[in-house]
Amino acid sequence: MGKLNVGVYWAASCGGCDVAILDIHEKVLKVKEACDFFLWPIAMDFKYADVEALPDKHLDLVLFNGAVRNSENKHLAELLRKKSKLLVAFGSCAHTGGIPALANFTTKQGIFERAYLTSDSTDNPQKVIPKTKVKVPEGELTIPEFFERVFALDQVVDVDYYVPGCPPNPERIWEVLAAVVTGAPLPPKGSVIGAGTKALCDTCERKRTGDKKITGFKRVATTDWDPEVCFLDQGLVCLGPCTRDGCGLQCVQHSNMPCRGCYGLPPDISDQGAKMIAALGSLIDAKDPEEIARIAGELPDQAGYYYRFSAAAGLLERRKA
Amino acid sequence: MTKPSGHRIGVYVCHCGVNISSVVDVTEVAAQAAKEGDVVLAKDYKFMCSAPGQDLIRADIAEHKLDRVVVAACSPRMHDDTFRGACAKAGLNPYFSHMVNIREQDSWVTKDKALATQKAVALVRAAVRRVRRHEPLYSKEVDVQPGVLVIGGGIAGIQAALTIADGGQHVWLVEKEPTIGGHMARFDKTFPTLDCSACILTPKMNAVGSHPNITLLTSSEVKDVSGYVGNFRAVIETRARYVDHDVCNGCGLCMEKCPKKVPSEFDEGLIPRKAIYVPFPQAVPNKPVIDRDACIYFQNGKCKACEKICGPQAIRWDDQPKTTEIQVGSVVVATGFEMYRGPALAELGYGKYPEVYHALEFERLNNASGPTEGKIAMRDGRTPQSVAIVHCVGSRDKKYKPYCSRVCCMYSLKFAHLIQEKTGAEVWEFYIDVRSPGKAYEEFYDRIREEGAHLIRGKVGQVTDQALTDDERGKLIVVAEDTLAQQRLRVPVDMVILSPGLASAPKSLAVAQLLKCSTDKDGFLIEKHPKLAPIETATDGVFLAGCCQGPKDIPDTVAQAQGAASLALQFVGKGKVLIEGRTAWADDQLCSGCRICNSLCPYGAITFDEAKKISVVNEVLCKGCGTCAAACPSGAAQARHFKDDQIFTEIEGVLAP
Repeated sequence: MGKLNVGVYWAASCGGCDVAILDIHEKVLKVKEACDFFLWPIAMDFKYADVEALPDKHLDLVLFNGAVRNSENKHLAELLRKKSKLLVAFGSCAHTGGIPALANFTTKQGIFERAYLTSDSTDNPQKVIPKTKVKVPEGELTIPEFFERVFALDQVVDVDYYVPGCPPNPERIWEVLAAVVTGAPLPPKGSVIGAGTKALCDTCERKRTGDKKITGFKRVATTDWDPEVCFLDQGLVCLGPCTRDGCGLQCVQHSNMPCRGCYGLPPDISDQGAKMIAALGSLIDAKDPEEIARIAGELPDQAGYYYRFSAAAGLLERRKA
Repeated sequence: MTKPSGHRIGVYVCHCGVNISSVVDVTEVAAQAAKEGDVVLAKDYKFMCSAPGQDLIRADIAEHKLDRVVVAACSPRMHDDTFRGACAKAGLNPYFSHMVNIREQDSWVTKDKALATQKAVALVRAAVRRVRRHEPLYSKEVDVQPGVLVIGGGIAGIQAALTIADGGQHVWLVEKEPTIGGHMARFDKTFPTLDCSACILTPKMNAVGSHPNITLLTSSEVKDVSGYVGNFRAVIETRARYVDHDVCNGCGLCMEKCPKKVPSEFDEGLIPRKAIYVPFPQAVPNKPVIDRDACIYFQNGKCKACEKICGPQAIRWDDQPKTTEIQVGSVVVATGFEMYRGPALAELGYGKYPEVYHALEFERLNNASGPTEGKIAMRDGRTPQSVAIVHCVGSRDKKYKPYCSRVCCMYSLKFAHLIQEKTGAEVWEFYIDVRSPGKAYEEFYDRIREEGAHLIRGKVGQVTDQALTDDERGKLIVVAEDTLAQQRLRVPVDMVILSPGLASAPKSLAVAQLLKCSTDKDGFLIEKHPKLAPIETATDGVFLAGCCQGPKDIPDTVAQAQGAASLALQFVGKGKVLIEGRTAWADDQLCSGCRICNSLCPYGAITFDEAKKISVVNEVLCKGCGTCAAACPSGAAQARHFKDDQIFTEIEGVLAP
């Protein structure tokens, strides 16, 4: 077959997903042989106008990373949907909101006040807060509109596939690209690809028992733990049980760190954070409400912990006021 | 309005006489329900649970080819089975029906008629959306093993064992002490009839000992229970007795010769017993055991006096604990109570003043076979001239036991009678309220008053020996407020009897855990329903008898024991049991083996498959409580009939505009 027309875009993201593509190392040369790029802001110089000028569905594949935070992100999401045959939500942010979606636990106003008025490093005596439009003598200046909340990509446009991860495992990225390049049969639309079908514990080899009881939450910064034993068995919160397998166990086994949940929710559940809260709540070994509150209070920012990568995608919408 | 799914749903709104219809506009609820997608018909009717109401559903299923039924009426706890049955009779899977509670959760708790109607409309809409997602479920039938395990050999366990054994089933009766008899064996008289406790109990004890259908295991405890409804496997451990009961002829010479004395538990330490002993002369089995902790031979390797005197050579120094494994279909828990022995006793001078006794000590003191052969005497042998009896010690007290133990007023009144009869002493009873709600109990209370006991309504604040007047010198002074006369009293007496309540037995908790039964905050086992299932438990095939379920007197205990026995006989006698269709399962395609659910199942239904590294639900043991489904972080454990999509659809239905 001929070369694939490919676009890669970053919306509200850190750039790690783009770097992860480059982390396939020498295989990137094979990608170059197989693909013509039409947009890849981190690596090549294109203008949005170039993309707008393309015929519809000209791009065989678009890897869209980053969440949708502002009107520019949304515009590009809609544009790339129109110009692509396959739109892939690439990485945690596009998949379920990722780190940017933690902002849904506060409000637009709260973010602006913190960023532009109250943070220790702010020096803003005139108390200027960004506006979408501002009139200057030369005319009207505009910047993208900052939305009230962060969206996952599929909350804005129709998405064909999801590749989870913060960032996606380079080996999984290569498998996905290889599949598209070779024209291998693709899974049903809407599938999560480049990941497993069970939760992480399925492949995690740490030893675990059937008698998990939480009498207090420990934190990695202040605890010693056995590198061979299940984190939950040791009172450390690990999101492995409610996180899809496929990352290659980079944290839990290779780095001896608990899973933080970046591969998103396993199939058949609708809210990763709520599932973890229910699971841990069931394991708390106390009956007295005050004791339960004390144990729960040992882990600050529970919501942030359990929804670290999925706050846009769960049942929660956003903080309303 | 949601997208039609091709189902044919019938909605029935019940008036419940006027219970619902006086508040909820049932016609409007039916009219609104009819607008929902897939609803073929929506009707309201006076009494849906009546025979004509059920016939209505059956006829509509046949005529209108309904495949789902929603009944908005009372609590599903009341009538879910009724309407499932109606569906089943019409050939529909019973789980295709769904009840909406618009009585307890709506008409009875909502005053505003418009709001109540609106709420009923929303609840019915939710049910219509939910019932579309119902899946057919099937009950399973499993065989029930013969035989019943009775745990505890007090009057409750004795009565349950005899009734079951007479009913033709084999009984394993397990008692932790060396003899059966329990607390009742320690009493001399029972209220209100004052008949001799031993006279009515010992024939039953002997009947247990000789019944061909009863295997009696004393000095024994249930260590493990596994299996599932109707098929329990129990492991019972019998402590080493060091006396071969098959050889021993019960002559008692060993006890005479044994030189070692320790306080008798049976007599509350008021007199000693020997290191080789039977707890009391009418014990069953009436053969001794050696108390290893007390025995001189076990301490320093010498003595063996018992062995030397024993004609049939029954002493076995190398005796080991024995484990018995049994299979039974049903279990009766009769683990009894312990008298409250907490700090409320010390607050009233118990342990400080020798003449302050607790009720069980007095029971022994008064017992014809007790330390004084029934003579009510002080420790120096004198007969008391005046006695105070203090009710509610630690009872009805938020600091200790908040509940009323039901028997203490009556046994305290019994004490008053016995003291007056035997000693002529002046008796003072201090009570909060006298509670005498039993057959002939109020009459007994009247009799005691007529006999001249002083009944003072007031809680005792202090028992002291600090005399303020000459009258008080050498006496115990009971300080209380007479709340009727509204005056503070100081009553000097020779003897004080504290009447504590009944606390749960610590062993009950262990037994409850083995049987997956719940206990309440006071440690008593929780019955399945406080009114309509007071003997059953949430674990099918496990029944409760006596004070393990809550404080009660002997007649109530015997009644409950006979009830438990008849339920156990019924359960085992049927030979088959239906297993609920609404169970949980763990999807092996989703389970990652995180093992979070493993320790959570209250019924022990979840095991971990080491080969496949996944958790597995035993659907025979599962009661469908959903704990595992709620806890499962990966969505593998799911509860049939309460799947996420069913619940979310229902929530959306409630919230839909």
